Amino acid sequence: MRAIPCRAAASAAPVETRLTRRRRTWLGAGCTLLAAGFATPAFAQANTINTADTAWMIVATALVLMMTIPGLALFYSGMVRKKNVLATMAQSLAAVTMISILWVAFGYSLVFSGHGPWLGTLDRWFLTGMTMDSVNPAAKTIPEALFMLYQMTFAIITVALVAGSVADRMRFSAYLLFSIGWFMFVYVPLAHWIWGGGFLGSAGVLDFAGGLVVHLSAGIGGLVAAKVVGQRHGYGTENLSPFDLSLAVVGTGLLWVGWFGFNGGSALAANSRAVMAIIATHLSACAGALTWGAIEWSTRRKPSVLGMISGAVAGLGTITPASGFVTPWQGIVIGIVAGLACYWACTWLKLRFKYDDSLDVFGVHGIGGLTGTLLTGIFATASIGGASGLIEGNPRLLLSQLYGVGVTLIWSAAATFVLLKLVSLFVPLRVSREHELEGLDITQHGEALQ
Amino acid sequence: MKLVVAIIKPFKLDEVRQALTAIGVHGMTVTEVKGYGRQKGHTEIYRGAEYVVNFLPKLRIEIAVTSDLAERAVEVITANARTGQIGDGKIFVTPIDHALRIRTGETDSDAL
Repeated sequence: MRAIPCRAAASAAPVETRLTRRRRTWLGAGCTLLAAGFATPAFAQANTINTADTAWMIVATALVLMMTIPGLALFYSGMVRKKNVLATMAQSLAAVTMISILWVAFGYSLVFSGHGPWLGTLDRWFLTGMTMDSVNPAAKTIPEALFMLYQMTFAIITVALVAGSVADRMRFSAYLLFSIGWFMFVYVPLAHWIWGGGFLGSAGVLDFAGGLVVHLSAGIGGLVAAKVVGQRHGYGTENLSPFDLSLAVVGTGLLWVGWFGFNGGSALAANSRAVMAIIATHLSACAGALTWGAIEWSTRRKPSVLGMISGAVAGLGTITPASGFVTPWQGIVIGIVAGLACYWACTWLKLRFKYDDSLDVFGVHGIGGLTGTLLTGIFATASIGGASGLIEGNPRLLLSQLYGVGVTLIWSAAATFVLLKLVSLFVPLRVSREHELEGLDITQHGEALQ
Repeated sequence: MKLVVAIIKPFKLDEVRQALTAIGVHGMTVTEVKGYGRQKGHTEIYRGAEYVVNFLPKLRIEIAVTSDLAERAVEVITANARTGQIGDGKIFVTPIDHALRIRTGETDSDAL
């Protein structure tokens, strides 16, 4: 697209000085950008694409995909028993393969095209109309195809996260049906409401990288699923200790590094805000791991490796909505709160209410996402993300964050419940008791670790 | 001929093996086993879930020796497997009726 001469700037100064000449050039560039914006109202054209932003977002996309395979697959399967390791990995694999195709088919379009309060449009159905140089208004400096791909990886990991609460007992076919439905009826609407121009985003709810859309929604979905599917056989009486925590440690490392792309990439550009998000993310993970380890050390005399990696993931999940809005030191505070809150949820809360959330999807991700979303309302710093929270004298943000938490909680819980009941009409949610005792690897997939 | 069976802590194997070799015991069979005695089990905690593990990993060593060497072997195993902590293990000695080396057909003390 050509630059349109900027008349206002040309006739502005009767006396030409070096200063005004420079300003004229600057204004001219501004007019060019404006013209590009007006040319195609819905999807602006290519000359805004920035190669640095594009390069970073390609890397960030790869990092977030790595979080699910192999990150989450290892993290989760290291915590189950030996007879269910492959079945747990299969759930992550299934999420990647199915959700990627569904995202291209209609997910992206329903979330990110159109600005309806409830749902987007089907204009981008199977990427119709997406060209080499189209961009999405939400990320004008990278190709729309890259934006679509980056957001796809978020949908994937959210669906994969939910499965952790029903590990060791859910039938694979039921899991596949449930995942498809959960993606369509929980993830897609929520992502649109908050990120795609829906009513929560319009109400001022802030969620930088997915505290509500990813973590709270998956956590609540996991909690409801754990309740509906029921406890594992032998829960509370038999030894259900993890098969190989070293796998979980490797998985945590991959998740941790991948989270730099998850939160840093959510700036949608290679800029200082991305860097600030990454710093806060890293510090929160460190503080979370130290806090959890310290609690165990003081109350149970030994800091466990499982405790430290749980604390790290809790810190990462909790900083997710806040990164990009908070300063580095606030990231440390958020990590400490994450360690305390999630430890409490995984030990006291879970025992008190007797739900068998096998891998603590609710305790770590649900409580983390909830806590982080509220802490965003407290700590948001205008100089970082352009929004002020409670400590900068703006109590209204905390109220909108509460609103976001409430809607996400109710929607995810209700939709998950109805969905599981629907799926159970077609196929039993759990495997038979014999198959559960024998292990899901051999009974669901016909293979086993020796 | 005697069969000496010792249940020991796994990390003591190397010391015991070296000491037995030094007194002229030139073969042994080692099996990884699980069990409990006075030590009972221990408690493992995973994110607040406590599991009592009843069976602890031990090693079971079997050596076949001539009767005059048996006493010395028991002494050596005791000295080298001992930590003084609960759970050091036990030694059992039983007579052997007959022994045979499969390759050569040698029998009894020649086969040891």
